[in-house]
Amino acid sequence: MKAMSQLRIQSLTKIYPSVVANDAIDLEIQPGEIHAVLGENGAGKSTLMKMIYGVTPPTRGEIFWEDQPVRIRNPAHARTLGIGMVFQHFSLFESLTVVENTALSLPGGESLSALGQRISEVSEHYGLTVSPDRMIHDLSVGERQRVEIIRCLLQKPKLLIMDEPTSVLSPAAVEKLFETLRLISQEGCAILYISHKLVEIQRLCNRATILRNGKVSGTCIPAQETPQSLAEMMIGRDFDPPRRAPNQAGAISFSIHNLSLASEDPFGTNLNDIDLCVHAGEILGIAGVSGNGQKELCQVMSGETLAHDSSSITLMGKPVGKTAAFARRALGLAYIPEDRLGQAAIPAMSLTENAILTGTVTVGLARQGLLDLTAAESFARRCISSFRVKAQGPETAAGTLSGGNLQKFIAGREILQDPKIMICAQPTWGVDVGAAAFIRQALIDLARRGCAVIVISEELDELFEISDRIAVLAQGRLSPAQSIEATSVEQIGLWMSGLWQEQADAQA
Amino acid sequence: MLRLEARSTASDWMRLASPPIAVALTILTGLVIFALLGKDPLKGFEVFFINPLRSFYSVTELLLKATPLAICAMGLAIGFRANVWNIGAEGQFIVGAISATGIALSFGSVTALSLVLMVLAGMLGGAAWAGIAALLKTRFNTNEILVSLMLVYVAELLVSWVVFGPWKDPKGFNFPQTQMFETTALLPVLLEGSRLNLAFGFAIVLLAAGHVLLTRTTLGYKMRVAGESAGAAAYAGFSTKAMTWIGLMIGGACAGLAGMAEVAGPMGQLTDKVANGYGFAAIIIAFVGRLNPLGIGLAALLMALFYIGGEQAQQYLGLPGAISKVFQGLLLFYLLAADVLIGYRILWVQGRPSTDSGSPGAASKRST
Repeated sequence: MKAMSQLRIQSLTKIYPSVVANDAIDLEIQPGEIHAVLGENGAGKSTLMKMIYGVTPPTRGEIFWEDQPVRIRNPAHARTLGIGMVFQHFSLFESLTVVENTALSLPGGESLSALGQRISEVSEHYGLTVSPDRMIHDLSVGERQRVEIIRCLLQKPKLLIMDEPTSVLSPAAVEKLFETLRLISQEGCAILYISHKLVEIQRLCNRATILRNGKVSGTCIPAQETPQSLAEMMIGRDFDPPRRAPNQAGAISFSIHNLSLASEDPFGTNLNDIDLCVHAGEILGIAGVSGNGQKELCQVMSGETLAHDSSSITLMGKPVGKTAAFARRALGLAYIPEDRLGQAAIPAMSLTENAILTGTVTVGLARQGLLDLTAAESFARRCISSFRVKAQGPETAAGTLSGGNLQKFIAGREILQDPKIMICAQPTWGVDVGAAAFIRQALIDLARRGCAVIVISEELDELFEISDRIAVLAQGRLSPAQSIEATSVEQIGLWMSGLWQEQADAQA
Repeated sequence: MLRLEARSTASDWMRLASPPIAVALTILTGLVIFALLGKDPLKGFEVFFINPLRSFYSVTELLLKATPLAICAMGLAIGFRANVWNIGAEGQFIVGAISATGIALSFGSVTALSLVLMVLAGMLGGAAWAGIAALLKTRFNTNEILVSLMLVYVAELLVSWVVFGPWKDPKGFNFPQTQMFETTALLPVLLEGSRLNLAFGFAIVLLAAGHVLLTRTTLGYKMRVAGESAGAAAYAGFSTKAMTWIGLMIGGACAGLAGMAEVAGPMGQLTDKVANGYGFAAIIIAFVGRLNPLGIGLAALLMALFYIGGEQAQQYLGLPGAISKVFQGLLLFYLLAADVLIGYRILWVQGRPSTDSGSPGAASKRST
């Protein structure tokens, strides 16, 4: 007799007005199993989880919970069945304490002190150290995730869904999370683990279901696969890794000297004594987990926020600490920010109009206060053709492009301005593998033409692929930059928890 | 249980069609109202919508009425494009009228110079009034909607004070009004046999200038970017403070000019009822016109028709004067309703509303 399955879904399909997000998905998970759902951005992982968690109803297909057919009406219903979910983007109130946040998601009727006691017990049992009375805004990202997990565990779930849980964690925190997840699964709780990180899945998961373009492209036991074979199932084609030509670094193009700056955001990170320099022709990678001052550093480098002292930032030999973003562009600075739709482009405007956003001075798209719309259109055409953007034409609204295509357009707009210094933050976040490889190659080519490039990224693999030197930003402090040959993923991973000072002291 | 579901793509065609649809529904509802009030709907329609278009004179009266509305709405639309919510054009209109009156009462007999000074005074007065809201917004991050609206009431008290007090016409039988302006302080009439004056020319020039500003200039582009996305404006290095100032100053200056045109045009004097709701009607016009100069011109004509039609209905049908306000309200209501339906479709859902909101964060935040 076959053992009971915890969850089985049969030809589950979700059709949105413009796209088939999930096409006849089958998946089965046993009690205590850690099951990976692997796929690229846009492969349909999130839609699948939303249907299982009752956020959105399926168009067709069936869900069996403990071998009984169910229609999951909403997340509350899912929770009563015993399904818990930890979202990639946390839903915690920053100005409330851990115990208050937890109480909000529970049926109620329990005193806060009794709940606090239960939280302490659960956190101790699973090694999820967090104090119930602390405010959320005081917690690190890893600790916030623990609060989310504890919140789920308090309801004694039989299935825990984790959506890209490691995307915000440092390597050490990932290790701890894995220990916890293994313990949870040993106690009989099944875990659906959503990720696109192959190595993690190989280490953690018993089985994997791979999605591509909304369909199941394969199931496997990850431990028996290689990263290459998993990647092939995920992507379905080969792609060229970027080529790096030898680096011939020139003079210093951009430098920051002893910069400290308090964040304007009450929950932001203060920058503390930042020192860096980039030479013409090289790529400086800045590793670290978002929320460690990445946003603040980008803003102060691009000129969105100003430094207190003009000489603390130098661009092509000129002090620019108090020069605003618009004027820094005229001096040859270009910037690809992390937020494509909220910052780098205006979704409702056409690509032509989006081309004007940063190109008024450097490309000459405006003269004497008047726009040159013909020049803007031909510049937009150049961005589209030289960066292979799939768009109907320059009149297409930016918001209708896919993430990868829009990012290629933005990269094209910034790179074709022929900058002397390029700053880019998370250049391949949420971008498909092909477009990511294209953008990385474009950044390498740009550097080899003599531009100084700074890449801020969470993806260590990406940084090691393209950087000449690499530094770490942790807790608002920047480590010294190491040449890529002189360091390793392990060392940078260690530094991401802010430990370079101790290491330097130990060597001294 | 009714529910709204977002459409995946909004139809461009419906976006253009929605103002005419709103107008048609307004007129239909108006006919029903006439019938409910015991009036013949066809007679009502004729009095309200046809009579104001019958003769050369009545058409020039319509244009005359539309002029301050169009001037005001154009100024507001430029600010609205940049998400600067100036709701106080009524107050800026009044202060512009007061400033122009001040010039008329002191230099009114000097030909040409008096009019030029009145135009400048009207614009500066309106801009200065809006500038208070801009200053408070950029300095203390106050809400410009509240500040500009509250300043309307201050301006109304100010105009009452001047016409009941220092500037009251000594020969005016104690009415709250100033003395009539000298002819040299009145805008010249454009068409013989009508009251249509030079302000109509200002309105045409302003609408054209508004079109150029919004579509061809860097400034207009920056304002549109600031309105669409504050993040993108910061990224490009456009100052939001500058946009707040420019948006409010242009809106204020236009409203002030409209106020000047009213006292130096059909009224010929300042009274405490000078604004007549034009500043608020201009907000509706700006939106009915889709913040687009051509649309604003058409919407201003329509709103002028409501004003004149309302007066006619008062005179010939014995309906209360509030009927114009009813029509204004209906139009805005239908336009907003049409706009919602462009972006959403209505679904009939059986049973209790689901907690599904489409966004995982929102859903998970909800407690059981």
